[in-house]
Amino acid sequence: MNPLGPPVPAWQVFWALLRRDLRVAQRELPYFLVRTTLQPILFVVVFGYLLPKMRFVQQGYGTALLPGIIAISLALSSIQSVALPMVQDFGWTREIEDRLLAPASARLIAFEKVVAGVVQGLVAAVFVLPIARLIMGPIAGLTWTEGGALVLVTLLGATAFSAMGLLLGTAIQPQQVGLMFSVIVAPTIFFGCAYYPWQGLSAVPALKYAVLVNPLVYVSEGMRGALTPGLPHMPLGYVWLALTVISAAFWVWGVRAFERRAFS
Amino acid sequence: MTAPAIRTRALRKVYPVTGNGAGQGAGIVALEGLDLEVRAGEFFGLLGPNGAGKTTTLGILTTRVRPTSGTAEVAGADVVSAPVMVKQRIGVVPQRPNPDRSLTVLENLLFHAAYFALPRKAAAERARALLELLGLGDRAGAKVDEISGGQQQRLMIARALIHEPQVLFLDEPTVGLDPQARRELWQILRGLHSEGRTIVMTTHYMEEADRLCERVAIVDHGRLLALDGPAALKARAPGGSLVELRLDGEAATAATAARGLPGVLRADGEQAVLRAYVERPGEVIAGLIKTAEQAGRSVVHIDLSPPSLETLFISLTGRKLD
Repeated sequence: MNPLGPPVPAWQVFWALLRRDLRVAQRELPYFLVRTTLQPILFVVVFGYLLPKMRFVQQGYGTALLPGIIAISLALSSIQSVALPMVQDFGWTREIEDRLLAPASARLIAFEKVVAGVVQGLVAAVFVLPIARLIMGPIAGLTWTEGGALVLVTLLGATAFSAMGLLLGTAIQPQQVGLMFSVIVAPTIFFGCAYYPWQGLSAVPALKYAVLVNPLVYVSEGMRGALTPGLPHMPLGYVWLALTVISAAFWVWGVRAFERRAFS
Repeated sequence: MTAPAIRTRALRKVYPVTGNGAGQGAGIVALEGLDLEVRAGEFFGLLGPNGAGKTTTLGILTTRVRPTSGTAEVAGADVVSAPVMVKQRIGVVPQRPNPDRSLTVLENLLFHAAYFALPRKAAAERARALLELLGLGDRAGAKVDEISGGQQQRLMIARALIHEPQVLFLDEPTVGLDPQARRELWQILRGLHSEGRTIVMTTHYMEEADRLCERVAIVDHGRLLALDGPAALKARAPGGSLVELRLDGEAATAATAARGLPGVLRADGEQAVLRAYVERPGEVIAGLIKTAEQAGRSVVHIDLSPPSLETLFISLTGRKLD
């Protein structure tokens, strides 16, 4: 209560900011889940259930598809839960100023946003996994033995996409949100090796190397390495390295954009 | 003497201009070497027209705008090197209410209190008390979008006070409020000031500055034009009432002639407006009209203002506030 007292510890401000974001997320949970997981689930219905049943795709396709679907849910929800509110906050409502007045650095406030995005990414991934498994039926090669790798790829993937959300949320104007989805998010998903394994791209070598700039490739392949390790996938060492580098790059870039928007 | 609540030295802000034709180093100068000192416990007004630099000054003092050069200290902390300490000691009421729309009225206060690490129980008590004080006691559970603009403005004041800041900043707090709400807000601000809080308010309403502030800084084009108590400032006005005659053409010749009239303290012509500061307007108006007509103009409109901060402002800047 004493305004001349010692500085408020940064972790207390951080925790309060995180509590605020989680409270809001919890209140909007149904909408959030529909927004971020309906599309991957519908994909599962068509490609994991209908097409195999019609024998247009082989039964084994589900094994390649499931880890990719989890990766997409994780990526979509992480990126959206950071970027969408931030576009609004910085846009017309200026609500972010409330948070910027908190006794903490802008960097800490941005960091909290990324952490909140990671939490929401995890929620979406955990929500989709059993539903997808249910729709597709038994999946050959699915195992839970690689728990450590699963946790690591989930955390790193969510971090990379939350940091990307920070950059997009600060760099994009409210009227460009639709554009963001069609120009950035959609290509990321379709060229993210989620619907097909990276190795399959050997058929189109140029594309096989071009897609390596896409962070989703590493999340999808990391999920394959963790969930269906018996099948071909990118070595996990590359996955860890790439996701770490991508997270760091988006974070540095995103914080700079955030500070540019926060201060004039 | 206690340390000043705010001290700025040669504060300068130039906003970079982006886009076509902006040369290197080009920019919009918002503040041009501002020196200000606000005493602890003072009710201080920053008065000026839109674009005078008031909001930039407030932005710098609240750590949202980075000064191009110069220094500013708020509650003993430097805004550039110790922004977190500054933020801990200030409360800010923005020009446009920016409540957290995802939260209820009460949650806006509770979470803001949590950002400042107030213990939960103390925060809840204080939030309730502030909502009562600001007439929002029955709207605690409402979503922010369900309350009126005036109520949102009061919520912003409650939010700015929840962590007991030393210095309260208000940016044009009564813009868009109806006269009734404006008077209520004045009452609240007077109460806060009487508790010993330092209040810094920007406004472009003369009456507001006159009624509330102990000292008023008049700023325009990023410079400090005058700084004193409202009464002293009024005494510094060119004297007498201001008679403004709008003519049907250039007023310069008529202004020169008007200076020779008895009872005219000062006369300026600016485009088609003749401004004369006079002792007793009733005795001079006829003479002013005649002078204008002799200069080949006819009078389109006459405005009469009693001595006020407004007349001082016009004499200092050559323009009206709004």
